[in-house]
Amino acid sequence: MTVKYTKDHEWVRVEGDVATVGISDYAQSQLGDVVFVELPEVGRELTQGKEAAVVESVKAASEVFAPASGTVTEVNADLEGEPAKVNTGAEGDGWFFRMTLANPAELDGLMDEAAYKDFVEGLH
Amino acid sequence: MTDSPENLLKTPLHALHVELGARMVPFAGYDMPVQYPAGILKEHLHTRAKAGLFDVSHMGQVRLTGDDPAAALESLVPGDIKGLGRGRMRYTLFTSETGGILDDLMVTNAGDHLFLVVNAARKEHDIAHLRERLKGKAEVEPLPDAALMALQGPDAAGVLARFVPEAATMKFMTLLPATFNGIPVLITRSGYTGEDGYEISCACADAETIARALLAEAEVEAIGLGARDSLRLEAGLCLYGHDIDETTTPVEAALEWALSKRRREEGGFLGAEVILGQLKTGAQRRRVGIRPDGRAPAREHTEIADEAGNRLGEITSGGFGPTVNGPVAMGYVGIGRAAEGSPLALMVRGKPLAARVAAMPFVPQRYYRG
Repeated sequence: MTVKYTKDHEWVRVEGDVATVGISDYAQSQLGDVVFVELPEVGRELTQGKEAAVVESVKAASEVFAPASGTVTEVNADLEGEPAKVNTGAEGDGWFFRMTLANPAELDGLMDEAAYKDFVEGLH
Repeated sequence: MTDSPENLLKTPLHALHVELGARMVPFAGYDMPVQYPAGILKEHLHTRAKAGLFDVSHMGQVRLTGDDPAAALESLVPGDIKGLGRGRMRYTLFTSETGGILDDLMVTNAGDHLFLVVNAARKEHDIAHLRERLKGKAEVEPLPDAALMALQGPDAAGVLARFVPEAATMKFMTLLPATFNGIPVLITRSGYTGEDGYEISCACADAETIARALLAEAEVEAIGLGARDSLRLEAGLCLYGHDIDETTTPVEAALEWALSKRRREEGGFLGAEVILGQLKTGAQRRRVGIRPDGRAPAREHTEIADEAGNRLGEITSGGFGPTVNGPVAMGYVGIGRAAEGSPLALMVRGKPLAARVAAMPFVPQRYYRG
C-alpha cells in the first residue's frame, strides 16, 4: 500500500488495481468546515491534474484535482449526508472516490508522506 | 496599495486576534480575523446560541456637527434624520444623483451631534462626499481614534448588564453613553446578525481592556468576519459592494422601508427624482432571497436563469447558512420572478441547480423591542 500526495493537497492510496482519493488533513484544516462535496460520476474518465470534484466550505468552493488519470469506479456516498467527515477523517472515512489507474507511472511524480510533510511545512 | 501584509492597517485589537489564534486576511485595507480556531460554523452557531464578540473597528465612525446637521445630512440620504429623537438610531443610505447607492450607514442622534457609522471600504469616499456636499452646512469629523466592537446573540444583554446594568433595558436602535469598568463608551443596541445585541464604541486605547473583559465571560467567544458574513446573510441584511452598490437603487434593492414617509413626500435628497419615480412605477428588477434545492451552495456572481435558460440576473451573496442548515443566497431577478416561491435555475459549474425565491430573513430576527 502506497500513499502519495499532490502539490494541490490531494492524496491517493493504491491497493492492488484500485486507487482511493481524498484531500489531505492539511487541506481540510485550511478549508474549514466542509458543508458540501460534489463528487464525479462513476464511469467518468479523469485526467491527472484536471478537475475531479469540488469541496465547499462555509466560505468558499475549492476544486479537487485528479492525482492520476483513470476511471472513477466508486464514490463515497456518505459525504452527501455527512460532508463534515472530510474534516474529521480527511485521510480516512472522508475519502472522495475510487478509480482505476490508466498509467500507474504517473504516481512516481507525486510526493510520499515525508516529502509532503516537508512541502506543507515549507508553506508556513 | 496592494494587500501585502506590511501595507495593511491594524485595528487596536490586532494583537489580541493573533493571540487567540485567528486566521488573518486582508479586508478593506485592514488585516482582519476571518475566523478563530473554532471555525466559521461553530462561531456562527455560538453567536445564535449565546454571544459573540466581533471587532468592527475597521468601520468608519464620523461625527457630524453644525447648526443643523440633521437638515444638512438629509440632502444626501432618504431617511428622516430631522425626526430622529435624541438617542435614537436609524439605518439609511447615501444615494447618488442617478438614484444608486453610494453606501449604507447607521445615523444616531447623539444630542449635540450626529454619530455616523459607515462601511470600512467606503469610509474615505463617504468622508469626502460629506465634506464636499455639506461644505458650510456641517462639520465632518472622522474618529480614527475610536474602536468599535459588536456583542451579539441572545446572551449579549445578560453579559453586558454585568458591566453596564442600564444596557439591559435599552430599546433596539437606541444610544446609551455609559461607562464600562470606569471606561467611557457609547453603546447602541444594534448589530448585523439578526440577533439582539450591541455595538460598543470606545477609545482605541481602551478597546483591548473591554474586549478581554467581555471574552472572560463564559458565554462570549470571539467571532471572525467569516461568521459575520454568514450571520448577516441569514438575517437578509445587505453587504455593500455585493448586494447594493452605485448601480442598484433602494427600490431595486427592496430597501423601500429606508425611504422615510416624510422624505417620500418632500424628496430633497440626491437621486430623489429617480428613486421616488421608481417607488411609484416599480423597478424592473428586485433583490430577493433565494433557497437552492439540495445542499450545494450558489456563490456570488452565479447566474440566475429561468427554466429555458434565459438569464434573469445573478447571485450577489450566497453560501451555506449554518442555522438554516442549508444553502442560502440573495440576488436580483426580473420583477416577474420576484414573488416568493418563483422557480429559478442557478447555473453552478455549468449545470442548472433548481432554486426558489424565498422570504427573508432566512432565520427570525430577534431584536429587543422592550
